[in-house]
Amino acid sequence: MWKTILRRVLLMIPQLFILSIIVFALGKAMPGDPFTGLITPDMDPAVIERLREEAGLNDPIPVQYKNWIVRILRDGDFGRSYTYKMPVTKLIGKRAANTLWLSLLTVILTYLIAIPLGIYAGRYNGSKFDKAVMVYNFISYAIPRFILGLLLLLFFGYRLKWVPTTGSVDLGLEPGTLDYFLSRLHHMILPAITSAILGTIGIVQYLRNEIIDAKTQDYVKTARSKGVPTNKVYTHHIFRNSLLPIAAFFGFTITGLLGGSVFIETIFTYPGMGELFVSAISSRDYSVINSLVLLFGFLTLLGSLLSDIIMTIVDPRIRIE
Amino acid sequence: MSFLEIKDLKVHYPIRGGFFHTIQDYTYAVDGVDLSIDEGKTYGLIGESGSGKTTIGKTIVGLEKPTSGKILYNGQTVNSKRARKKLGYNKEVQMIFQDVFSSLDPRKKVIDIIAEPLRNYENLTKEEERKKVLELLNIVGMPGDSLYKYPHEFSGGQRQRIGIARAIALNPKLIVADEPVSALDLSVQAQVLNYLKKIQKEFNLSYLFISHDLGVVKHMCDYIYIMHRGRFVEAGTREDIYNNPIHIYTRRLIAAIPEIDVKNKEKYYMIRKKVEEEYNNYSSLFYDEDGKVFDLIQISDTHYVAIKDKEALKNVENNIA
Amino acid sequence: MEAEKILEVKDLHVAFRFQDKYYDAVDGVDFTLKRNEIFAIVGESGCGKSTIVNSIVGLHDKNFTRVSGEIIYDNANIANYSEEEFNKIRGRHIGFIFQDPLASLNPLHKIGKQIEEPLIYHTDLDKNQREERVLELLNQVGINNPKRVVNQFPHELSGGMRQRVLIAIALSCKPNIIIADEPTTALDVTIQAQILDLLTDLQKEIDAGIILITHDLGVVAQMADRVAVMYAGQFVEVANAEELFDNPLHPYTRSLLQSIPQSDSLGKDLHVIRGMVPSLRNLPRKGCRFAPRIQWIPESEHEENPELREVSKGHFVRCTCWKNFHFEDEGGN
Repeated sequence: MWKTILRRVLLMIPQLFILSIIVFALGKAMPGDPFTGLITPDMDPAVIERLREEAGLNDPIPVQYKNWIVRILRDGDFGRSYTYKMPVTKLIGKRAANTLWLSLLTVILTYLIAIPLGIYAGRYNGSKFDKAVMVYNFISYAIPRFILGLLLLLFFGYRLKWVPTTGSVDLGLEPGTLDYFLSRLHHMILPAITSAILGTIGIVQYLRNEIIDAKTQDYVKTARSKGVPTNKVYTHHIFRNSLLPIAAFFGFTITGLLGGSVFIETIFTYPGMGELFVSAISSRDYSVINSLVLLFGFLTLLGSLLSDIIMTIVDPRIRIE
Repeated sequence: MSFLEIKDLKVHYPIRGGFFHTIQDYTYAVDGVDLSIDEGKTYGLIGESGSGKTTIGKTIVGLEKPTSGKILYNGQTVNSKRARKKLGYNKEVQMIFQDVFSSLDPRKKVIDIIAEPLRNYENLTKEEERKKVLELLNIVGMPGDSLYKYPHEFSGGQRQRIGIARAIALNPKLIVADEPVSALDLSVQAQVLNYLKKIQKEFNLSYLFISHDLGVVKHMCDYIYIMHRGRFVEAGTREDIYNNPIHIYTRRLIAAIPEIDVKNKEKYYMIRKKVEEEYNNYSSLFYDEDGKVFDLIQISDTHYVAIKDKEALKNVENNIA
Repeated sequence: MEAEKILEVKDLHVAFRFQDKYYDAVDGVDFTLKRNEIFAIVGESGCGKSTIVNSIVGLHDKNFTRVSGEIIYDNANIANYSEEEFNKIRGRHIGFIFQDPLASLNPLHKIGKQIEEPLIYHTDLDKNQREERVLELLNQVGINNPKRVVNQFPHELSGGMRQRVLIAIALSCKPNIIIADEPTTALDVTIQAQILDLLTDLQKEIDAGIILITHDLGVVAQMADRVAVMYAGQFVEVANAEELFDNPLHPYTRSLLQSIPQSDSLGKDLHVIRGMVPSLRNLPRKGCRFAPRIQWIPESEHEENPELREVSKGHFVRCTCWKNFHFEDEGGN
């Protein structure tokens, strides 16, 4: 198995390489550059031109690409953000931690909501509870992510003022203290809930169907024929087998969260990678955009590898060698 | 005169693995078989699941690509798609399947199912086509009002007859029948077998009858091939195989048939035990060290056995046969 | 000495619900199972043979099924037991062997665990004793390397091995009754023979009664002591195996035997039973259910309410149409 993991990791290199070319090319294809926004009527075009020259933006594109890649590989230097005036690595590093915490909370909430709902709806399918879950599912399916986010923000943030409407932590708190931690949690809770509510849909639906399906499987009939008590039939045979695809999907869930963070963080002005991504795009901050897309790409590949690894751990029928 | 000949046919599937996902080994699904088919005869192909019998059938109709070896139709190779098309081979060789439920398109009416091959190969007017389909339905004993019904409106036996009607639409010379009655109840099975025989007489058809049911094969087939581990272990006329089986595998197969003979059930039980013992004691005469089946040796005009050498044959004849 | 009766089924009806109406899939079945006998129920798909055994151990879907009549085991009528009550009988007193050994084993559990499970719920054995018992059972069903097999998963075993494992599960608590529902249908013929011989061998050791459900008359002939032939929800003929094959009486039994390809059928057409098995919702509820398929037999030969009657010792036949029955091409006599 270690061999396969190593092979998959090595395979990522050419994948990331191709991705980097695409990212770079797309970035260049966008109209304007970081200095376009600086142009005002009283600005000397020569100054702009000099800035462009200094930033290497006048070099042929392949040369620019080469310089970019070489710096990344040799110095781990992803360039500087033109708008934030700081190294991209440092910028993203701070933001990544925020997104990571938010994602973690979201994942925990998602599974905390989805698994009991799915299990109960599946076990007692056709019951009132099941029908309520289905209604919940349809409604959350129908609501776009950003609308739900805005509604919750409006209600809990602006009306009730239960939660802050922006930022990731209150100012003036010392990192490492309990207050700091609670404040972060306070800032994350609403975006996490929004994300989790939407993230549960697929899982609830899938889990419910898996359980309904598992109930009619021959091995469940065998378990019943052995005289296994009904509750144990569910816990030992049905649930575990039904949770298997969910577990295997875990890696992809993470990837999905990254995509979702673009919306959620923007709505809640939460300073994470998603929010950074959106603002970097609007200000043509190439080095940030390119680095973020590469990072997202890398995490996506990692997510799918993670899924495969989990699959081989939980399902004895699948063994990668 | 044989119109179809198969020479040293091999179908190997690669098993991939290792660090670079290279081919490590092969599954020898079919590993060197010769077979020839005369007009108007029925050939049986018997073996356990995984023995390669279906692969041979699929290769003959072109659903599977041979790794090596030749398929000769009237002396000309039909290994490639182009050759098959040029010689009109696809028209002449048809296949019917075990799974009558999934081999008919559920969204098509019977007339469209049966007319499909006609539309591909013959330019008939609507009226001619309808007449031809009616005629075909009549041959398999289905009423004319079946024309505009859908497959789900029929029972398993009727569906299999629709499959047969489709297979004979183009007046083929050979039908490869892959377990055509295995999924059917006894009384329905009898009906389908009777129709197959009737059609054979009418059209001077040949059948390659793939089955694991030795009773059915005995009833249907003139010449029988017994298959094990991708190779033929014995070939001969019905009488050769059933009255004078030599290969331990054939003997084991025949001993395993549950006979309708209650009085002698103890005797059959003893025979099975004895044959099982022979199978273990004499396996080195029939399989080499790697478990591979030896080449066939001719022991009479029609009878062939895969055995180590003539000496082994004598040994076997004296001791067990 | 008369063998002990271990199960008695009286006037069993099992009905399935379609759109608020119930239809009897099993329509008045009576039989007894004795210790140490193999009682076979043979019939074509949809005749209700599996439905009988499922209802005996309560494995049917209780939302869509209605069971009436009596199923008497150990002096109690278990026909309408709750799931909890059935759980005390299943696995412990009645073992069940299924048709598809791969699908019938949990793909995520090791073999050892799956065999051990009934022991956990039905015996006081501790962990070590249970493990010992599992090894003993695997030996008993002819698995040579039980220590290795307990740690394997179902997909790592061959079809025949898996079926042996299912048999070991059924035997685990030394049941009085074993129900084998098409136990060899999914297996290759050589493996089928091995499994059937294993069941025959075990039969002598385990002191249980076996109900064997099958569609294969050959399997019946080789295995059964007593046979019930089932058609459209009813037994049409019940007799000792030897008697049934030597002297089949009911037209359906005779027709079935005629449609098997056998040595004497070479070059001839096989017998085909006219018409089709009626679907559950279109079953004739009155008169002889086989009558529509032997229309050349005059109506007067049938009974109005056909009953299963003993025509010679231990040989029961339904309806009177068997008395003057002849095949269509034989002409009357």
